[in-house]
Amino acid sequence: MSGPGTTADQPANFAFSAENVERARAIIAKYPDGRQASAVMPLLDLAQRQEGWVSRAAMDHVAEMLGMAPIRVYEVATFYTMFQLKPVGKHHVQVCTNLPCWLRGSDGVAMACRDELGIGFGETTPDGMFTLSEVECLGACVNAPMVQIGDDYYEDLDPDSTKRLLKALRNGEKPKAGSQTGRQGSAPAGGPTTLVDVPAKQGE
Amino acid sequence: MPKLTIDGIEVEVPAGVTILQACETLGIEIPRFCYHERLQIAGNCRMCLVEVEKSPKPVASCAMPVADGMVVHTGSPMVEKARKGVMEFLLINHPLDCPICDQGGECDLQDQAIGYGFDRGRFSENKRAVKDKNFGPLIKTYMTRCIHCTRCIRFITEVAGVPELGATGRGENMEVGTYVEKALSSELSGNIIDLCPVGALTSKPFAFTARPWELRKTESIDVLDALGSNIRVDARGAAVMRVLPRINDDVNEEWLSDKSRFAYDGLQRQRLDTPYVRRDGRLQPASWQDAFAAIAARLNGVDGKRIAAIAGDLADCESMVALKDLTAALGSPNIDCRQDGAKLDASVRASYLFNTTVAGIEEADALLLIGTDPRREAAVLNARIRKRWLNGRFPIASVGPKVDLTYRYEWLGDEPRLLTDIAEAKHPFAEVLKGAQKPMLILGMGALARPDGAAVLAAARRLAETCGMVKDGWNGFNVLHLAAARVGGLDLGLVPGKGGRDVAGILAGAEKGDIEVVYLLGADEIDMDRLGKAFVIYQGHHGDAGAHRADVVLPGAAYTEKNATYVNTEGRAQETRLAVFPPGEAREDWKVLRALSEALGHRLPYDSLREVRERMLAVSRVFAHRDAVAAAEWGAFGTDGALDNAPFVSPIENFYMTDPISRASKTMAECTALFVAGNQRKTGTHG
Amino acid sequence: MLRDQDRIFTNLYGMHDWRLAGARARGDWDGTKEILRKGRDWIIEEMKNSGLRGRGGAGFPTGVKWSFMPKTIGDRPHYLVVNADEGEPGTCKDREIMRFDPHKLVEGCLIASFAMGAHACYIYIRGEFFREAEHLQHAIDEAYAAGLVGKNACGSGWDFDVYIHRGGGAYICGEETALIESLEGKKGQPRLKPPFPAGVGLYGCPTTVNNVESIAVAPTILRRGAAWFGSLGRPKNTGTKIFCISGHVNEPCNVEEEMGIPLKELIEKHAGGVRGGWNNLLAVIPGGSSVPVLPKEICDNVLMDFDSLREVRSGLGTAAVIVMDKSTDLIRAITRLSRFYKHESCGQCTPCREGTGWMWRVMERMATGNATVEEIDMLEDVTRQVEGHTICALGDAAAWPIQGLIRHFRPELERRIKEYHSARSGRAA
Repeated sequence: MSGPGTTADQPANFAFSAENVERARAIIAKYPDGRQASAVMPLLDLAQRQEGWVSRAAMDHVAEMLGMAPIRVYEVATFYTMFQLKPVGKHHVQVCTNLPCWLRGSDGVAMACRDELGIGFGETTPDGMFTLSEVECLGACVNAPMVQIGDDYYEDLDPDSTKRLLKALRNGEKPKAGSQTGRQGSAPAGGPTTLVDVPAKQGE
Repeated sequence: MPKLTIDGIEVEVPAGVTILQACETLGIEIPRFCYHERLQIAGNCRMCLVEVEKSPKPVASCAMPVADGMVVHTGSPMVEKARKGVMEFLLINHPLDCPICDQGGECDLQDQAIGYGFDRGRFSENKRAVKDKNFGPLIKTYMTRCIHCTRCIRFITEVAGVPELGATGRGENMEVGTYVEKALSSELSGNIIDLCPVGALTSKPFAFTARPWELRKTESIDVLDALGSNIRVDARGAAVMRVLPRINDDVNEEWLSDKSRFAYDGLQRQRLDTPYVRRDGRLQPASWQDAFAAIAARLNGVDGKRIAAIAGDLADCESMVALKDLTAALGSPNIDCRQDGAKLDASVRASYLFNTTVAGIEEADALLLIGTDPRREAAVLNARIRKRWLNGRFPIASVGPKVDLTYRYEWLGDEPRLLTDIAEAKHPFAEVLKGAQKPMLILGMGALARPDGAAVLAAARRLAETCGMVKDGWNGFNVLHLAAARVGGLDLGLVPGKGGRDVAGILAGAEKGDIEVVYLLGADEIDMDRLGKAFVIYQGHHGDAGAHRADVVLPGAAYTEKNATYVNTEGRAQETRLAVFPPGEAREDWKVLRALSEALGHRLPYDSLREVRERMLAVSRVFAHRDAVAAAEWGAFGTDGALDNAPFVSPIENFYMTDPISRASKTMAECTALFVAGNQRKTGTHG
Repeated sequence: MLRDQDRIFTNLYGMHDWRLAGARARGDWDGTKEILRKGRDWIIEEMKNSGLRGRGGAGFPTGVKWSFMPKTIGDRPHYLVVNADEGEPGTCKDREIMRFDPHKLVEGCLIASFAMGAHACYIYIRGEFFREAEHLQHAIDEAYAAGLVGKNACGSGWDFDVYIHRGGGAYICGEETALIESLEGKKGQPRLKPPFPAGVGLYGCPTTVNNVESIAVAPTILRRGAAWFGSLGRPKNTGTKIFCISGHVNEPCNVEEEMGIPLKELIEKHAGGVRGGWNNLLAVIPGGSSVPVLPKEICDNVLMDFDSLREVRSGLGTAAVIVMDKSTDLIRAITRLSRFYKHESCGQCTPCREGTGWMWRVMERMATGNATVEEIDMLEDVTRQVEGHTICALGDAAAWPIQGLIRHFRPELERRIKEYHSARSGRAA
């Protein structure tokens, strides 16, 4: 959610790892000279990947790297929902509850998450394994309901498959991303009604 | 020029003008909250919507440029509906606390609500509450009242150039603030109080002290730096309750520095409200008669050459001319208005003025700063430099202190010899200046108030001449003064007469016992320890350094307590006006000198303000024109000589305390503790 | 029904290799150099003639948009920016293009950039589409390695760079000027227009922002000809379109179909029909969350294109069809959308910042019935106070779903209110 969600436990400082310094350099190079502020979101993302969240120190570091006033970075970090301004669990479970997901049972998915993890939205499990969040449409509506965990989408869920998914993560497994019913992409569940006879080249 | 029709009236306006501006030329007022003519256009409040024919939606007039043939309606049903809607939205989450809001009476939201507000609310949900922020000792926040117009953010970012304010979060959770708890460190921060259209940002020192409609408003001039910002002094009874800027596009536009705005509480502290005479080693209250008698007794039989007078930084022209006349009558050539020892040359007016003028900065195309930190020395003038810089193609370099000036500049170093290098084209920046059409330099007291100041002055003159700064229609040679009194003092000739001593000579003489009597007209910045055994008369308004050293104290009036003339750094003569009476026995300063002259048997020949001013005019034609600047003639000045190796430093270490008034101010003491002593905490958040 | 050989996105479901080899086998990058050789004017003219209207929701003719860019390159470079910030609830088509047919997009970027004099293109992809960005980056890397983009792209003599920029989670960045702001490293707050991006866009330079689908269909249009594309659909509503059918259908899916296909046919042929049969249909949001909802009686006959849906006071939008059967609490459904718009309002301008929150809170009460009948009119009036008064269209998008609800389902709102109050008075008695 937007708005300052800062915490008192801010680390005193932040620095990118040597590897990430290289990545940051490559990111900045994508933009024209003098336009390095464009790299602010990618660098905050990089900091989040390194730190697990975006600390004040990280924001200040990014501001300095890009020659931006720190307040401009705070504005960006608090505007975009993907920047976590306080620590989150190892697995950040983001449940879409927007209309298309809701129509297909996101309430059940959310309940399954609460039951399985024992936490509500905005909370983190005591062991720091999971944080549960409610999010807006993630753009996989014909594969609803769905959740995003880390960088992956898990689609076509129901309460049971949701619980299975979370159990697997807790057990350190790597569940297969995408449709949990084994559907081919966004094709109709019963099989494609189109593209059954695709020619080698278009129009041929 | 595009021609358009507004409310049935055809009007021709310059291309690029907005609909709102075009409406203003017709006297049609468009309501607005976010729009401000000195800030970038935001277009976010949506209050200024107008109907433009052929446009399906109402248009934000503040942002829409006019086009030929446009037909605009500013009062149509569509417009009324749109504005009423916007007004309702602004009010739904705005608290109904006008009775206890300091903005009451001067609130744009309140005013517009009369025109566009409903008489009852339809909003039955809970109102939003926003946590207040701590912006430091000057600005009080009440963020629930914020309507998110972003004027404060734009001012701090664009004009002040200290980007510490922003809007974090988004949607209805968006909050204006610093995000990290932090006092605003700009020297111009108080202006956001004026810019805030509602009561979200108000003056902390003024909080809950008075209602605007019960204040007596007096138009005046600020004297806490040498810019001469135009101000309005709001008073109630005997007290100055607040100081606000007045618009003067040639001087301060509509800005005011935090010192000039907030030091007024110093006007009520440590005041000299009765004469004092030192008896048995201690200053004792005395009557005017006794004080004058003590002075007359001491002066009796003293050779004029053993008497000296120094005019301080806040002295007005009326009292200075009286001091000059009295000193002359006493037969003393020892008079000086340059208490910092600046090697200014009173004989060529162009040598001590900001010749380009403040507004003229906007025409310049290259700038060299010499021994100056304009941000602390004249914060509002610095904003003008920044304004010019933001317009682009304005190379700036500095020979002097390396400080953050809010704009980018090339720091060439701080050694005086760089001036010679540039003048002799041995330095690359000479090319930049020579390539410019209207190059300028600003020479600070940090370059002149030093033993080699006369040589620096000469070097700067040579530099100005060789780099094409002085030519027909353009004078790019500028002296930036720190003292409001200084230019007036030089114009009136408060410099040593033939065989006379300057400040250094007076101090040396006093130390040795050659000077027996020293008259300090508000002079507090000299080294009092060097006055030796001299008999010191201090005339002024504050119990500062001078009064502590004095043998006789004569209580004078502060700038808010007298009708007096000051000449700003550009050479612009302006007047302060009496807003409150001087406290107790204190009197307007020229009157004190006039009365003393009589007691000394050298009655000065003026009995009214008009007559004093006639006398000033007799000394200098400068005083013939008020509120204006006349070009000063160029001439030879300065003294060629060796430049010292000592680096240029700015004399101002603490922007917030530079004079007896600001030194007496609690508010300025808080700012000093926070910003200068470096107590601004770096940790903590408001979350 | 559209023939498979007239479908553009032949790997929509990811059944085949999405990489360069697979893309080439499907005809991508075929004769790109020849297309470029025909010149900018020809490309833009052909795009105009095809009748392609922007696939991001607004439906502005793509070729006309391209023609707004300055004809000659001055001292400011030109940019193409691809809007891949897909986030309109119900919409999930660009995602499929980027993960399964990324070369169509990359090739389209080259052609469009060339036509508009841009040597650089930024693809702004929503941050959550991390895997999709990986596929797209892989495709770009392949294209560079094969000389298809980069210096002398496709041997055309045109130097062209394409970069991916990942967003950070903000629906508003799908608005073109907010997207530009965001790409410049700022909050995604829409800019005032004028100036328009074609004059002053990214970094103050001439810029065109196009949706992923609009760009990705361009190579095929130019290969097969404007006439072919224009022959599909109806006049001014030509070509094919990816439809996203979600909600209460038996088999939710994406499908590429001909513009103007009847809504009923679309749902029944491809999505397995409405859950419980067509007669169990309550309402459909035909073009993503922003467009007004349509009751069943309109859905029975309406055609799926810009002008047909406009005639019934809704819109094609992104062609995201959200189907709701009779089990749906429609008031709660629209309330959920109101919450979404409140969450996504950037906060910049007054009517949207204050109005979205107000509308949502009233809708929450409407959903429980804890309101008065008079408040329905008040709510409608508030939507009118937001609509048309904001800098960007988010305010409109927040207003329209509620307007659609009141227009078609007012009795349901009134019934809910009455039930609430009678239940309470019953309890009190």
